[in-house]
Amino acid sequence: MSLDDFYRQTILDHYQNPRNWGTLEEPDITAQDSNPLCGDEIRIDLKVKEGRVEAVRFSGKGCSISRAAASMLTEAIEGKTIEEVKQITRDDVLDMLGIELGPVRLKCALLALKTLKVGIYGVQQSWPGEEEE
Amino acid sequence: MKALAPERRVDFAAIRRDFPIFEQKAHGKPLIYLDSTATTQKPRVVLETLDRYYRTINSNIHRGVYAIAEEATGQYEAVRGKIARLVNARSAHEIVFTRGTTESINLVANAWGRKNIGAGDVILLTEMEHHSNLVPWQLIAEERGATIRTIPIDGQGRLDLSGLDRLLEGRVRIVSLTHMSNVLGTINPVAEITRRAHRAGALVCVDAAQSVPHLGVDVRELDCDFLAFSGHKMLGPTGIGALYAKRAHLEAMPPFLGGGEMIRQVTLTGSSWNDVPWKFEAGTMNIADTIAFGAALDYLEAIGYAAIAEHTHALAARTMAALAGIPGVVVYGPPAEEHGGIVSFALEDIHAHDVATVLDHEGIAVRAGHHCAMPLHEKLGVAATTRASFYVYNLPSDVDALEEGVRKAKQIFRR
Repeated sequence: MSLDDFYRQTILDHYQNPRNWGTLEEPDITAQDSNPLCGDEIRIDLKVKEGRVEAVRFSGKGCSISRAAASMLTEAIEGKTIEEVKQITRDDVLDMLGIELGPVRLKCALLALKTLKVGIYGVQQSWPGEEEE
Repeated sequence: MKALAPERRVDFAAIRRDFPIFEQKAHGKPLIYLDSTATTQKPRVVLETLDRYYRTINSNIHRGVYAIAEEATGQYEAVRGKIARLVNARSAHEIVFTRGTTESINLVANAWGRKNIGAGDVILLTEMEHHSNLVPWQLIAEERGATIRTIPIDGQGRLDLSGLDRLLEGRVRIVSLTHMSNVLGTINPVAEITRRAHRAGALVCVDAAQSVPHLGVDVRELDCDFLAFSGHKMLGPTGIGALYAKRAHLEAMPPFLGGGEMIRQVTLTGSSWNDVPWKFEAGTMNIADTIAFGAALDYLEAIGYAAIAEHTHALAARTMAALAGIPGVVVYGPPAEEHGGIVSFALEDIHAHDVATVLDHEGIAVRAGHHCAMPLHEKLGVAATTRASFYVYNLPSDVDALEEGVRKAKQIFRR
């Protein structure tokens, strides 16, 4: 994969103009996590109304892959039911990013999904997709 | 530091050809390896020594009395002598083989610490330590009810020693610090700190993972009590390192790991211990890698540590000058003249992982992250940095490629 493919315009766009950036006051669900490898941090807040994601915000610090993945993920879950959000897999996130990743950068891409699932389930889950490895 | 002037010019381009890994390409480009602080590449002679060991003398040392076991034992123990000469120990009995720096420090924290650190005692560390010189002490402090203090760093990434005597007040039992920062490249005045620590009644343990490979170290000049380093950061295989300790400490310390070879006599209810250093070498040791590490030490000695220090310092200085010319780049650590062969930097608005990925596509391997020094990065106020580090196979052209790669990263993220 060439560098231009890796840093697709959409990834750079989400990195430089992250969607749903910020925090929510009195969120129904909030979760924070970090990637010990690089010190990336993320917080995701959700407002849930009648089982649906009414609003979502994320904040933190991270590389382009981790921030773009979080931005795309928040767009994808807005308006979805919690049950639908639970069905999102690691492959869904990788499809949104549209690039191939090695095992190290994979953790950047999946930090947001992992954090989101921890928030929804309220307990630490295994890495998304870990059961497939 | 063995400050002998290099007697002759070393042909570092020829040295690079001794490393088979550079015969391959990364992303279709020649591999430029700038992550020697993490681990170094291995010259052909080290790989051949490993291969020859397994082909010709593979056996267990100190046990068999047959020819190949005698040969393996002799070669293994000869490396202990080489290391003793390398760090100017008084005797090979002061050198314990371990898996590396981390295990060496854990050995001190556990074997020495469990006997000598009690409730209310103090362990003095610094803000620039690698996790391997923080976590073992945190574990023993927790177990023994001791507390940890840290020597702060100043704005230029040097230890701020103005408050050292105050930090050494009270029941400070040991000062454990890095000789050369794996992030900042700072070289710490260990001899001075040791003098002041000893005056206050504290021992000194040195994390020499970077300084032994890059500077050459003289333990008698430093007068430290313990010194830990790794083989794989100086052309040797992974899984082999050493602990230097003053003999009196080793004699007084209880064992760290129990098992075969570290004993004198064993009954079903108790045991007595082997002589030092073997008291600390339980079970079958890493024989092949130790002997291959010996080949690495011979190779480095032929180049000369003064020449290595001068070479890696020059590459770091060139890097700092090149990066200073790129707007938006922050370089951490002291000025170039005080810098070892390690340069960490950050780009405004571009995460270290992204810099490393762009460089990777140019064939350049750098480290991105917190380099196992999270507290230091917190102090620097940055989540992650990009680090370029140098060794004998690096050339000035590698620095030029790095500069070009960093400029490319800026271009990609500007659009």
